[in-house]
Amino acid sequence: MNFGFTDDQQAIKRTAREFLEARYPLATVRALAEDGRGFTDGQWAELVELGWPGVIVPEELDGLGLGALELVVIAEEMGYALAPSPWFSTTCAALLLVAAGSSEQQGQWLAPLARGELRGTLAVWDEHSGWAPDHSEVELSPEGTLSCVKIAVPDAASADFLIVSGADGRHWVVERSADGVSIEPEEAIDPTRKLFRVALSGAPAEPLQLAGEALTGAYATIVTLLAAENVGVGQRAMEMAVGYAKDRAQFDRPIGAYQAISHRCAQMLLEVEGSRSLCYWAGWALAHEPETGPRAASMAKAYAGDAGFRVAASALQVHGGIGFTYEHDLHFFLKRAHANAHAFGDSRWHRDRVAELAGV
Amino acid sequence: MDLTLSPAEQAFRDELRGWLEANNPGREPAGDEAAFEFRRDWQRKLNDAGWAGVSWPKEYGGRGATLVEQAIFNEEVVRARTPSVANVLALAMGGPTVIAHGTEEQRKRFLPPILSADEIWCQGFSEPGAGSDLASLKTRAVRDGDDWVVTGQKVWTTFAHHAKWCMLVARTDPQAPKHKGLTYFLMDMEQDAVQVRPLRQITGESEFNELFIEEARIPSENIVGGEGEGWAVAITTLMHERATLAFGLQVSVQIALRELLETARETRGFNGGVATEDPVIRQRLTQLMIESEVLRLNAYRGLSAIMRTGVPGPEGSLGKWHWSEVNQSLTELAMDIAGPRAMLSESDHNWSYRFLRARANSIEGGTTEILKNIVAERVLGLPRMR
Repeated sequence: MNFGFTDDQQAIKRTAREFLEARYPLATVRALAEDGRGFTDGQWAELVELGWPGVIVPEELDGLGLGALELVVIAEEMGYALAPSPWFSTTCAALLLVAAGSSEQQGQWLAPLARGELRGTLAVWDEHSGWAPDHSEVELSPEGTLSCVKIAVPDAASADFLIVSGADGRHWVVERSADGVSIEPEEAIDPTRKLFRVALSGAPAEPLQLAGEALTGAYATIVTLLAAENVGVGQRAMEMAVGYAKDRAQFDRPIGAYQAISHRCAQMLLEVEGSRSLCYWAGWALAHEPETGPRAASMAKAYAGDAGFRVAASALQVHGGIGFTYEHDLHFFLKRAHANAHAFGDSRWHRDRVAELAGV
Repeated sequence: MDLTLSPAEQAFRDELRGWLEANNPGREPAGDEAAFEFRRDWQRKLNDAGWAGVSWPKEYGGRGATLVEQAIFNEEVVRARTPSVANVLALAMGGPTVIAHGTEEQRKRFLPPILSADEIWCQGFSEPGAGSDLASLKTRAVRDGDDWVVTGQKVWTTFAHHAKWCMLVARTDPQAPKHKGLTYFLMDMEQDAVQVRPLRQITGESEFNELFIEEARIPSENIVGGEGEGWAVAITTLMHERATLAFGLQVSVQIALRELLETARETRGFNGGVATEDPVIRQRLTQLMIESEVLRLNAYRGLSAIMRTGVPGPEGSLGKWHWSEVNQSLTELAMDIAGPRAMLSESDHNWSYRFLRARANSIEGGTTEILKNIVAERVLGLPRMR
């Protein structure tokens, strides 16, 4: 029984923290938030050099061949830095291809993705449906082309291919440059992750080899990564609040000396540490105890979804008026925490899933 | 990271499980005296098999178990629903304090009868005027030759009516700053100068007592840790209280949750369906399952941090606070599931009693407000409020 990271995992965490700190100061985050694409080729090339696109991709397909826990470590640091990057969307595509792609499909899409030559993304939500996968509006023609409208697709305009989800857990690979694919930017609440509206109208599509249950682990990993991002986001927002509470004086003393403020900060720690424990457990279980993985992942997503937003909102309250200004960086963290809470199933959905998996 | 037990840890758990299965005496009888004798017998049985002082060093009659083994022990006894032991405060707090701060003579004198439950201990810390601000306590000890003469009043002293020894913190130097003038004594309860009066609590029972001390005598050799060192010694006691309780507490929440689930499956809600199908109840039950998982994981993370660095990580100080909130929410949900039966004292699984008893969780062993102060000041480094 040991809850600590291995030396390798610690090294990944340290590298990620140092690299992201150096490359994504908040001024850079802010500039990328105001940019339509949200990252530069140079920034992507640096992530490729670290091997991050292929963390989860087997070594024989040019990836690093690591597991869900290593992804969790990176996702937490990405959240802490709030680094705008197509890393998350590309990792989603990688997870689905690893889980459900045929060996040809993996050769065609996954290996180049791991080498950094191609980027992918995942298009899940239909224009008129909620999150339940059995409500899909995707139409498949007898010729095998797809028609649908997907919303809030991350980094779609800069991705080389999209993985599109349909009814019954089926998924298709669609090339971004194919006929019948049109992509429009959406105005996202969180400007550090670019979202797009993807309209397919008879677009050529290739079905992934496996469907349904085969993808359970991949989706569980995706929600764990969002939860882990919220751990990093919450940690950073808490640090900002604590720092401010030490510096800012009112009524002749630092506001952090007042229990109305200090107890708020203690509550932040409770929720951030709780989220962190659940995420590490989920990451570990997805790699080593698959029967527990999906339940742990939904627990992490439900808890960290709520906690990430609450911590950021509470940090904003500690900052008072200055925290409400666009000038201050805190709102970027609040917005990411909020968006993550609603992506890939909100907390209510995941609690309901936990109930189902636990046989309540 | 490896969240499974090592073969050695597994063997430890299996041996313990087997022993508990064969020796668990079951439910304790009603009535304070009968229950106490039952708990004393149970502790002696544990001690004879070497399970009473699991974490204590072997030279003092303990098993010398690792931290993980202690955690396993605390989990397994709760899981097996064994009775409590008679000398719970001495085993969890008093003994470890004597081991850490006592002299070799004190260890030899006091530790064996703790393990055998021949001498029961109670804790004389809180006073009517000194609760959260413990260091402001007023009970006074004045030197008289080789003895100290103690006068004052203590409150919330669990087990005082059975106790032979009291872990007593008293003021020995009223001139010193309030944290400096305190001394930690072991006071003999068997003297007329110490009067015990039971305190009736909101559940109707009397777990706690008031202690009236009128010129009680304590020999100097019963000072633990030295004159004027009482605060540091008391902190050791309190840290043991919070650290060792975490594992038992998180398992007790898991068991309570299982029982609540049983209740919910058998209870009809206001719409006529079983409570588990009510979407709001379902959400609240699941949130509690998640929170109880957080309690479990934080306890293990804290343990790993202690093993790695020698000191508890920040998550360690959160456990007792978080547990009290979870246990209160859990019993409140039980009352909501009970519907109109929530007005009655009798209920399945004793929920009405547990609901009332849970109100003390956020007060006993450090109020939530004090624990938040500790987190804010010592973990987050926020300025002190004073």
